[in-house]
Amino acid sequence: MVRDLDDIIIRTCARIMVPFMQVYGLYVFVHGHSSPGGGFQGGCIMAASFILLATAFNIKEAKMRFTEKVNGIFCCLGVFIYAGTGAVAVIFSGNFLDYSRWTNILPTNPVMARYYGMALIELGVQITVMAVMVSIFLDLVTGGSHEEVMKTDD
Amino acid sequence: MIEWMVTKHSYWFYIILIMTGFYGMMAKNNLMKKLIGMNIFQWAIILYYISIGSKKGGTIPIIDAQAAVRHAVRAADYINPLPHVLMLTAIVVGVATTGIALTLLVIIYRKYGTLEEDEIIEALKK
Amino acid sequence: MNKFLALFVTLVAGALLAYGAEGLPPWGDPQQPASIHVSPRYIEKTVDETGVPNAVTSVLADYRGYDTMFETSVIFTAGVAVMMLLRGMNHGKRS
Repeated sequence: MVRDLDDIIIRTCARIMVPFMQVYGLYVFVHGHSSPGGGFQGGCIMAASFILLATAFNIKEAKMRFTEKVNGIFCCLGVFIYAGTGAVAVIFSGNFLDYSRWTNILPTNPVMARYYGMALIELGVQITVMAVMVSIFLDLVTGGSHEEVMKTDD
Repeated sequence: MIEWMVTKHSYWFYIILIMTGFYGMMAKNNLMKKLIGMNIFQWAIILYYISIGSKKGGTIPIIDAQAAVRHAVRAADYINPLPHVLMLTAIVVGVATTGIALTLLVIIYRKYGTLEEDEIIEALKK
Repeated sequence: MNKFLALFVTLVAGALLAYGAEGLPPWGDPQQPASIHVSPRYIEKTVDETGVPNAVTSVLADYRGYDTMFETSVIFTAGVAVMMLLRGMNHGKRS
């Protein structure tokens, strides 16, 4: 189903580009507070790096770097971080997603607590978007039968 | 009429895109082409929302640090951030829902061996 | 026949949209209703209240956190749905 294209130019370019794409995805996420960017954009860029791995090499290579188990855990972990950040505020007698209550844990004023709370939930969004994009791509491109493709590639 | 066409020219593009997507969804026989029409429709609405947020003479909604320190932020200097926020999430959700639609197409193709609508209806009648 | 009907419906819908667009404000009008309701408050208070200069991030993550949270849940649900549909069908065929 997925042809193993053996092209040295594409492989070398992809191998050089992938780390830069991942660092750029993290940059877009970290600088989301003071410049255009954020979790959704950074997550899509990081997912694009794994999709580039899968298209330039093969599915097996991409699944070796970003395994099925890690992918499934990341899908859930992002939503968990987001909801957990909001739930911590409820524990300290605030409203759900009211990050200024994080001053009970963090040694800052309420404004900076909101700043760091937003960074946390952007992290959750980034992880979920990255994992779900990669998961949807791999499922669609293999028709949901990852093991069979790996067998025929060998 | 001429004045409307000049001052509100941007709405023409969204109307044309919406009509393209609408026609594709109704007239095309292939389910994949219907899905493409639906995506064009969706993007027309996203472009329309983003155009709502624009202000003449406004810059991107990233507040100047100097003005913020002096508490001199004027809302007219920055474009409206709200449509950008709503559409930012809508784009990513649109990609995810397109993934589900493609999955359904894969399953339909596995079951009936075709994506043509009339052939699927024929197969369902049997 | 079918295509002509679709074209007719499309043209009627386009004419209705054009008629509706006549009541919309001109492009880039600073006084349009969408720009004077809540967005000035977001822009003016974002640095004082959240410390984040990017108004898009502060509205996305703080003022409208519920919206973003459930959008994230929708993405997660979509990923799980794709997984279940494709792999579930495969397993059904095999057994």
